Amino acid sequence: MNITDYGWLGKLSWDSIVFSDLISNFSVSAAVGSTAGAIVIFATVATLALLTWFKVWGTLWSEWLTSTDHKRIGIMYIVFALVMMTRGLLEGMVMRAQQAAAPDGFLYADHFAQLFSTHGTIMIFFVAVPFVVGLVNLVMPLQIGARDVAFPVLNQISLAVTVAAGMLLMVSLVVGEFSTGGWSAYPPYTGGDFNPGVGPDYWVWAIVFSGAGTTLTGINFTVTILKCRAVGMNFFRMPMFCWTVLCSSILMIFAMPPLSVAALMLGFDRYLDFHFFTNDLGGNMMNYANLFWLFGHPEVYLLVLPAYGVFSEVFSTYSAKRLYGYKSLVFATMSIAVLSFTVWLHHFFTMGQSPTINIVFGIATMLIAVPTGVKVYDWMATMYRGRIRFTTPMIYSIGFLILFVIGGLSGVILANPTVDFQVHNTLFLVAHFHNVLIPGVLFGMLAGYNYWFPKAFGFRLDERLGKWSAYLWIIGFMLTFFPLYGAGLLGMPRRSFSYMDLAFKPYMVVAFIGAMVVLCALISLVLQLLVSLRDRKKNRVPVGDPWDGRSLEWSIPAPAPSYNFAELPRVTDRDEFTEAKEQGRAYQPPKIYRDIEIPKNNPLGFLLCVLSGILMFALVWYMWWLALLSALAIIIVVIASTFRWDSEQIIPASQVQQDTERWLALVNNTEPVGRDLENTPQNNGYAKLEH
Amino acid sequence: MDWNTEAPVRLLQYWTRLRGYIGCRPFWLIFSLPILIFLLPHSIHATETFLEPLGPVAHEQKTHFFWATALTMVAILPVFALVPVILIKYRRKKGKGIYAPKWESYGPLELIMWGVPFLVIFVLSFMLWRATSMLDPYKEIEGVVPPIQVQVVGLDWKWLFIYPELEIATVGELVVPVHTPVSMILTSDTVMQSFWIAALAGQIYVMPGMTTKLNFIATKHGKTQGENTQYTGKGFTEQKFDVLIKSEEDFQAWVAQVRANGIVLNPQTYKRLAMRSTRKEMQKQLATPQMPSNALYFTLSDPQLFQSIVMRYHSGKPLSMEEQPGTVKFGQGEEKTEGAQP
Repeated sequence: MNITDYGWLGKLSWDSIVFSDLISNFSVSAAVGSTAGAIVIFATVATLALLTWFKVWGTLWSEWLTSTDHKRIGIMYIVFALVMMTRGLLEGMVMRAQQAAAPDGFLYADHFAQLFSTHGTIMIFFVAVPFVVGLVNLVMPLQIGARDVAFPVLNQISLAVTVAAGMLLMVSLVVGEFSTGGWSAYPPYTGGDFNPGVGPDYWVWAIVFSGAGTTLTGINFTVTILKCRAVGMNFFRMPMFCWTVLCSSILMIFAMPPLSVAALMLGFDRYLDFHFFTNDLGGNMMNYANLFWLFGHPEVYLLVLPAYGVFSEVFSTYSAKRLYGYKSLVFATMSIAVLSFTVWLHHFFTMGQSPTINIVFGIATMLIAVPTGVKVYDWMATMYRGRIRFTTPMIYSIGFLILFVIGGLSGVILANPTVDFQVHNTLFLVAHFHNVLIPGVLFGMLAGYNYWFPKAFGFRLDERLGKWSAYLWIIGFMLTFFPLYGAGLLGMPRRSFSYMDLAFKPYMVVAFIGAMVVLCALISLVLQLLVSLRDRKKNRVPVGDPWDGRSLEWSIPAPAPSYNFAELPRVTDRDEFTEAKEQGRAYQPPKIYRDIEIPKNNPLGFLLCVLSGILMFALVWYMWWLALLSALAIIIVVIASTFRWDSEQIIPASQVQQDTERWLALVNNTEPVGRDLENTPQNNGYAKLEH
Repeated sequence: MDWNTEAPVRLLQYWTRLRGYIGCRPFWLIFSLPILIFLLPHSIHATETFLEPLGPVAHEQKTHFFWATALTMVAILPVFALVPVILIKYRRKKGKGIYAPKWESYGPLELIMWGVPFLVIFVLSFMLWRATSMLDPYKEIEGVVPPIQVQVVGLDWKWLFIYPELEIATVGELVVPVHTPVSMILTSDTVMQSFWIAALAGQIYVMPGMTTKLNFIATKHGKTQGENTQYTGKGFTEQKFDVLIKSEEDFQAWVAQVRANGIVLNPQTYKRLAMRSTRKEMQKQLATPQMPSNALYFTLSDPQLFQSIVMRYHSGKPLSMEEQPGTVKFGQGEEKTEGAQP
């Protein structure tokens, strides 16, 4: 059928709806799929109903959806990441259940394949990336003493397209099916000849749009760090987190385009009958592998570097000590960023190239272990001669320290082409990348979430449930993924929906139990949030420094005002706020109050989110008229928005003065609190000097 | 002295004291978990793994795996050992270590931090270099006898083994004589797959229109399995085959058996074989009663079959879905495929 042969609804029909399968042809697999679809619909309806019930549409629109405030955009990113994480995690559970039940599984092969494809795609592009980007948005401008990111509206647009792409994945649960080609979507399997359905199209467009969003974010963050730092904050006075963000943003700029290009080329193959990666007419899938991993490897460092930054902040704050080996860490971060572009070939050592090439890339891969090792030692040295407090972020960080080196070990093993020939495409590999991504990225993000939450919302998260959650994540991770190392060494291929060899069974059963523990971890994370919301009055930290913090973000009230700083700070030290507290420079009124200019609300992001969502859906389903209309609308909206002349609003000096004086009065009336009481209601966010 | 009655008490005292030292108890329980997991029942033996090698290639790979693990431990063990010590000594409550909030750099320590991992990686790189060039899958293995040639075609969801010199072919069973080098050339006549006989050699990708090579030698008699590790659809987990390593005489007997019982592998049979189906499903269609229950035997009509399979993608003409094995429509448009068949 020619692509122009479709009607108004394109490929869409009753059979595309997930429930049709359940009605016409009942099976457990279809029931699982329909349940997922029903959950999506129910959750959407419930959310809309609740928003209407509590009459918060107005607030939502003016305070959030149209906001250009980096903190609010950051929070929206994180909320989005947590929602997507819930889905990704549940998919993981179902897959673990299937493998534990094998050889008598309950899912069809195709359904299982969709699960591993969405799980990977979601966890990387719609959990890890938005969580990292959200946290950076929230924290980085505060740490460098800026009022916002360099391009606030661009920031909004990045969020918009990322969320739209994520929503597209949610839609794929209800309408049609997703790709079965894994998160890496290797052609020719995902090409039009072998997979003519809509699945790979969902993947292509989700990747193209979210990839564009991430590239823009990278540009935004890089410019922000290079151009918007406070007076006196030279590069070597930046907090470690900002260094990691800088490196990671540069990676975003250079690593995302190859992915977008690869996905678009695959799209051209599928839609326009090109032959980039087809079997015939000189297409070559090896080019795809090259492009995909040219993105794919820097990607993991792009994610893990900001997490390293979080750990650096956490280790130093909760050890009440300067970060050890700052320059070493900066150098190590930079080395990792550069080296990450020189190793991509280790994802396909088995493609038949000459051993010399494998040797070069194998050694380059192992070299990354050196700066990473240095970082681990530096964090240990940061705790050494400190005063360590076992708070929730710290438990995540220590869990990371121990578990991450195991991931590093398996990484070094995998870097050997000789061994890789034997464990490539097995569960050993699956265990390895979960071992670096969960303790590395996810624990880092959750540590950061617990650490910076008071700065965003003005109250602390519940510490007891936080610790529970952290321990459950650690236990759950180990139970789920260590058995996979074993099963992988015994030769179990990844993406197996079934197996005959019962030697794998005990490993899969333990992994399933582990997955249940991870589910408990997720539940306690939700409980923690709910309990903290209930106790928010009790746990307020309005002064803004609940953990005796060391960098600028702790020197302002919590929640931070929309303009961040009443007066842009002058920086004289690396641990600026600690120095200020020790020298009595903290909590001083500005010499002179000035009007502050901040960007106005802008509906552009929200409009682009809706329009690009429609565009993607139309492209997936071959509704050409709708695609054309929404594409046109996008162009018009973008051009129209450039005619908005007054895009800035002024916060008058009197307002700033009033806010600041009220806050300073609060500081004076608040009793400073020692570290032993930091997780009690006595903690109002005013840290007592203890040494 | 009644040591026996005192011992439990003393143990309890030690335990209490230990608990006192450890500010944060759940910690230890949690971090002892990995050890428990690695003690999972190893009594059930898997045979399809390089940890049970049947030839020198897999054996070297296993050795290299353990060496790489051991050497990396040099850089990792200090973390396992020192993190608990630091946590106990410098914990805020009851920690006894000194407190140096401004301490942030110490030259010799920096040197060790960079030096030790660098040295480990330096040594590992040498090993990597040596092993990778030695175990290059493209390098023919030198044996006392010349290597036996096997051509491998990856299909959905089965492997076709062609022995061009012997003019036979099999599906579902690869038989090789012991102590004889095996020289494989591989391709795919569908999407990309990854060929793997773990107990003998590592994986190699197979791709349509392209060939890759794999060389190994079996030094033990025995039986193992090979498979595809790249997901290719619903038959993926069944794309396995038995690997039998036989003595020279038994091998010759097997060849005679295949020749006697095999059906002719002509373009028509190949086309049926290349349809999207598992080996089991194909067994029902093509097997004769003389064939074993888990394999198909063929005699070759065209010794150039493998070459024509590879070259079909280089005709410069587009191949429709009907003409590409592995698509859902393959084999449906009879009239169009004429002349394009191998």
